[in-house]
Parts: sequence; C-alpha cells; structure tokens
Amino acid sequence: MVDRSSPPTRPPLSGASLTLRLAGIAVVVAAMAGAFAYVNGTFDPQRLTPKKLINVLETNNGVHPGFRRNHSKGVCVIGHFESSGEARSYSSAQVFNDARTPVVGRLALPAGNPYAPDSSVPIRSLALRFTQANGQQWRTGMNSMPVFPVGTPEAFYQLQQAQSPDPATGKPNPAAVPAFFGAHPEAGPFLAWIKTARPSASYATETYNSVNAFYLVNAAGQRQAVRWSMVPLAQDAAGATAPEGGDFLEKDLVQRISAGPLRWQLNITLADAGDPVNDASKAWPDGRKVVNAGTLVLESTQPQLNGECRDINYDPLVLPAGIEGSDDPLLAARSAGYASSYLRRTSEVSQLPAAKKEAQQ
Amino acid sequence: MSAQPNHFAPLARLLHWLMAVMIIAMLFIGAGMVASVSERHEWLINLHKPLGIAILLLVIVRLVVRFSTRQPPLPADLPGWQVLAAKASHVLLYILMFVLPLLGWAMISAAGDPVMLSSSVQLPSILPANAQVFAFLRKAHGYLAYLLFLTVLLHLAAALFHGWVRRDEVLDSMLRGRDRA
Repeated sequence: MVDRSSPPTRPPLSGASLTLRLAGIAVVVAAMAGAFAYVNGTFDPQRLTPKKLINVLETNNGVHPGFRRNHSKGVCVIGHFESSGEARSYSSAQVFNDARTPVVGRLALPAGNPYAPDSSVPIRSLALRFTQANGQQWRTGMNSMPVFPVGTPEAFYQLQQAQSPDPATGKPNPAAVPAFFGAHPEAGPFLAWIKTARPSASYATETYNSVNAFYLVNAAGQRQAVRWSMVPLAQDAAGATAPEGGDFLEKDLVQRISAGPLRWQLNITLADAGDPVNDASKAWPDGRKVVNAGTLVLESTQPQLNGECRDINYDPLVLPAGIEGSDDPLLAARSAGYASSYLRRTSEVSQLPAAKKEAQQ
Repeated sequence: MSAQPNHFAPLARLLHWLMAVMIIAMLFIGAGMVASVSERHEWLINLHKPLGIAILLLVIVRLVVRFSTRQPPLPADLPGWQVLAAKASHVLLYILMFVLPLLGWAMISAAGDPVMLSSSVQLPSILPANAQVFAFLRKAHGYLAYLLFLTVLLHLAAALFHGWVRRDEVLDSMLRGRDRA
C-alpha cells in the first residue's frame, strides 16, 4: 500500500512529455468549453434566439422600460370561469370540471408601443390565467384574428425585420413588407381577413382565438387536437367602428363593466383527422364540432401599471394536466420569447412610475 | 500504515460520478434552452426542472455521505496554494450544487408560476410572487450557473493535472476503489 505521508517519488517528466500532458489537459477543457459555447449559440449567429426575437420588437417599437415588449398597451381584468361541464369528456383539467375557477386576464393591443392609439390596429387580444383549485394554472393568450400571418417563428422574425427602420432613412422601407408577403403565400388567409377587419370600438364585442392548436387529454388518456375561442355574449355594439385615435378602449371597458359583468362563451373547436395542428396560419374548415366549455365572466378592471395582470407572463405553455401544447412551432417560440420579455420588464419595474409621466406628456 | 483511506467510499464515488453526469447535462440543457425558440426549448425546460430537483435531493444525500465517511488526504507534498485552491473549489462546488436548484425553484415561485415537474406533479411555491425578486433570482441563477461551469472546468483540469502531470493518487482515489498493483 502507498503510504500517504511519504508519496513514492516518480521519475520527473521530460520537457516534451510535460508539454504534451499539459496540452492534453488544455484540449479536454477546451473541448468541453467549446461544446458549451456551441450549445449556447456562440458559434451560430444565424440561430433565432429569444433575445433576437425580443430585440427586433424593441428595434421596431422603441424600449419602454417596464412594459411588455409586445401587446404593451392593455388593461387588467378580474373575473371567473363557469364550466358547463361539456368539455369534461375531452379533458381531465379541473377548470372544465369545477363549477367556478378564478381568472386574472388582460385585454390589449397587439403592438409593442404602450402609447399606440387604439385605432392604429384592427386587432385586440385577450390573455387569461385560470387558477385551478389544485394549484395548476392554465394561461392562454388569444387574438381577435382567426389565423396567424405565418406558421413559423423564423417567418415571424423576418416579418418583424421587414418593419424595422432602415438605418439609412430612419424609417421602414415601404417595399419590405409587401416583398415579405410576396414571398410568404401562407399569409394569404390572414391578409384576406385583415382587409375587412376594422378597429373595434370596444374590447367587449370581440371574439378572441387561441390561433395555435393544443391537445385536450381526458382521464382515459385520449388526445383531441383543438383550438379555442372566446365568443362575446355582448353583441349590442358589434360592428361599431372605432372613433379616431386615442384611448377609447379602456374607457369603454371600465364603463361597461361598471354597468355589469361582461361574458364570453368558451368554444372549443375539435380538429378532424388531417386538420393542420402545427400551422397557425391555416384555418380549419367550417363544420368542425364545437364544444361550449363554459362562460368567462369578467367583473372588474384594474390599470395595468399596478394591476394583478402586470406581473403575469401569459406563456401559452403554462398548462394544467388535461391540456397539452401541440407541435405548432410558434408555441415554443412564444414561450421562449415571452420569458425573455418577462425578464427584461420585471428588471425594470422600478422605472414604471416614470412611464406614467411619459404617458402624460 | 495510515489510518486514513486511500480512496473515497464507494457510495461517495457513485454519487460523484452520477452527479457529474447530471450536472454537466444540466448546464448544457440550461445553456441550450435559453438560446432556442424551437420545440427544443420546451423539451429542454421540461427536463431541466425535474433534473434540478433530483440534483437538489442528491446533494443533500451527498453532504451526509461526505460528513459520515473519511476522505483520502491530499498528497503531503502538494504546494500550499494548491491545497487552498482544492479546498475552496470543493466548497464552492457544494454551495453551487445546492444553491442553483433552490434558486430555480425560488425564481419560478417569485414569477407566480406553478412549480410543475411534469404535467401533473407540482411542488409548493417557496416564495410569494414578486416581479423584482423574480428578476434578481433569475439573473443570479444564470450567472451562478456560468460560475458553476467554470468551477467544473477548473475541477476537471486539476483532476487531470493530478493524474497526468503530478501522477499522484488524487485522481485514482475517485476513479477506483483499490490501489494499482
């Protein structure tokens, strides 16, 4: 046995052998560090990363500290969901079984500028967080368009790049977006829709669509591909066109909710075999079975600067048991991009009161 | 005959190599998932969370084993600064192995997100939701993970230095249970 107190004397290494051995150590360490750098994207500047996705939004919209990098202008809503029980046979999620599940949501404009006029885009969005009694959550971010312009995160990134200011002129190149759509025929259904879409005068009269597909999973483990929509029960002012400019949406919402709760019906559309579940740019044909899963009841509003929705990341892949993401590549990209936006804005929360002043100027 | 062992206890060696594989995998999973918007992001994050909790449990077992077994001593002729570096880097490794999973758990809690290890296994939140606390913990998780990776590289380089250059018993004491003939 080796006696530790007097280690055996080994013959000293020759200069060449020592160099070779030290070089061997350097190679092992460099290989490991290199593999790590490969994985984190250092050697791959072309790779689309969450950082790039959020950077291009900041390039296009400016940086507004503390605000979401997209859908920046909005208002918090508080309410609950009343299950009809009809989705129970498709999903084991508690939200479809329990009579009532509390909800914290957010209605918003789909732009990265928190001061954009409400009439600037014909799209509105609704994000919801359902908190089940068992502690699991269902988060969903829905939009009033029926389909997404493109089917992949790469194409979405290119579409944002097409809207970026040209460094030479400081303005977006007016030919870039038409050129993008010329090269992306998958945007056809979205373009056909947006041609007829008008900015609505109210958040309350819009239908909000999941756009991406998901799977409902029942207690027996059967999976059903679905998309869902929140369809307004308030149809009174449907078709009313928006007044010019301004901030009419939040005022309208506060006014309506003070008169009584606002309701939407949760319609879950079941895909047929062969319907595209991995491409949000493609609509599913009419005639699909629709399940009325229950009613969303919104009872109060809160300003987004200090409301409960402010610190919620409406990541569409925060799902309870019984709902699963599909292989739609936009879902993972939304999840990854939102996480990046969330870290940036939560780091800037202390700058938000100043943003209030910025808004008043 | 020395009263001190020449090798680490078999359980200590098993834990060392098991956790070496898990921690290196974990570091690569983390680096890959934050740099990806593809389905890989989702797949990796679903691996990252349960693996992190497994490491947290194992490091507790490992600390118990560490303090209830005897460690082979460092070679008597090791220079003082290398003794200090060896001891300090091991303390740092233990701290980071323990703190990183806790930081991950805490930051998910502070974000107000449910702490899900699978589609139905949920851990309790260990902090109330708070955006600023989240931002701090999330950054600490990232920076300390890089520090852990650098410490692992140093540990690897030092182990090979013992085995290939000094040719003492240090590398052997973790590689095998018996002395070479």
